[in-house]
Formats: sequence, structure tokens, C-alpha cells
Amino acid sequence: MMLFIDIVSAVCLIGGGVFIVIGSIGLIRMPDFFTRLHAAGVCETLGAWLVLLGLLLQSGWSLVSIKLIMIFLLLVITGPTATHALAKSALHGGVKPKHLDQG
Amino acid sequence: MHSLLLVLGLGLMWVLLSGHYTTLLLTLGLISCLIVWFFSQKMDLVDHEGHPLHLKPIKLIMYSAWLGVEVVKSNFDVARRIISPSLPIRPRLLTVPTSQKTELGQVIYANSITLTPGTVSINLRGREIEVHALAQAPAGALLTGDMDKRVTSIERPQPEDPRAGQR
Repeated sequence: MMLFIDIVSAVCLIGGGVFIVIGSIGLIRMPDFFTRLHAAGVCETLGAWLVLLGLLLQSGWSLVSIKLIMIFLLLVITGPTATHALAKSALHGGVKPKHLDQG
Repeated sequence: MHSLLLVLGLGLMWVLLSGHYTTLLLTLGLISCLIVWFFSQKMDLVDHEGHPLHLKPIKLIMYSAWLGVEVVKSNFDVARRIISPSLPIRPRLLTVPTSQKTELGQVIYANSITLTPGTVSINLRGREIEVHALAQAPAGALLTGDMDKRVTSIERPQPEDPRAGQR
């Protein structure tokens, strides 16, 4: 059973790492500010979630897991708030979304 | 009532984060909770929005689960767009209507849009949210209004809200 949990946890950690790398690649490949926000969204959602899930499986039932869940809740609430703040201030500061597709 | 909930919440948070249960440390924790409560009172932060009691708890959990699944699905979609060599993105701006009655509901809706990769809410104008979408698919999913209805269903109307109707 311990081995099974270890394997699942390792898969989650590696998967989270893969999604963070993909998000970082997107951050470089995307053409403008607003599309880069979408790429960063991949890092901060599934990437971070899988890493936290992997750590949660490692910690078992303890105070550490409660702290990890608190970190998760904090990320879920603050992540989109920060993204929205960035997008709105960029728009306010005169950054126009490029390559827009009408329709 | 709000103050009691705040102190209880802070105390619970303190106990869970510290993991120490000796009398001295619990007393110190209680004192720090009371100090925080005192400052919040001074700064006029203790109000009806300080606790999540005006959401329907079971609906909220169901919505969170649904949102989690949606976020994972759109994560795979965006990840596929990023790693495919032709970079198949067609960014666009769109406006989606909101049907939430409370400000908290609108915040939850806008944050859910941003949390889902592929769509970022960039502005709230009256009762409409301006959204930047990465491609046709995420924009279309949003325009069906499915998420909007689900967020509205977790709200509990607040007749005693003094600020309602002033917007």
C-alpha cells in the first residue's frame, strides 16, 4: 500500500512538473501579454495542484496536510485575483490585445 | 455575531497552523486573535462579507467539484495548444452577461472565469464581464452561460444586506 501511494504521488509530482514546464514554454511562445496570461494560468492551476496533491499523498494525515490544503485554497483564491489585477492594469495602462480574431 | 465568528475562525486557524497545545501557547494564540479582532474592528473590516455564510454549502461543494473538472479539462486544451508546433490560438475579446444578485457571486463568477485557463476576465462593467479568450473553443464554452447559471445557484439572497440595490 505504501508503495502504491508512493507511485501515485510520484506520478502527480512529475505530472505537475510537466505542466509547469509546458506553461513556461507557453509563456515564451505566446505572442502578446494577454495570451501569456493564459499560459501562466496552466502553471498556477493544474501544475501547482498536481504538485500539492503529490505532496499531500506523501504527508499522510497530519497537520502538514491541513497546511497544504490551506495553501491550495489560498492559491485558488489569490491566483485568479492576481491574474485579473495584471490584466486590468495592463488594459488600463494602454496595452492592447494583439492578433484579435473578430467574430 | 460577526466578531465571534472572526475570533473563532482565527483561533481555529492558529491552532491548526501551530500544532502546539500547551496552556502558555494557547493563551498567547488567544491574545493574538483578540488583537487582530481589535484592529479589524478599528479598521471597520468586520462586516457581512467576512464569512461565507451567505452561500449554500452543499451547492458550493458541488460547484467546486464541477469547476475543478472544468479547469483540468481546459488545462489539457491549453497545454495542447502550447506544445503543438503551429500554435493554434485565435485570441478574441467577448462580453458575457452575469445573472448573480450579490457582489460575492459576481466575484466568484469572474474568478472562476480567470481560473479556467483559456479565459481571463479583464474588466467588470456594470452587469457584464469583459473576457479575453485564447481561442474559439473556450470562448464558446463560456458563452453557453452554463457556468453563470451554476454560480447563481450557489447564492443565497441577502435581504438584510444594507448595500443591496445601491449599485
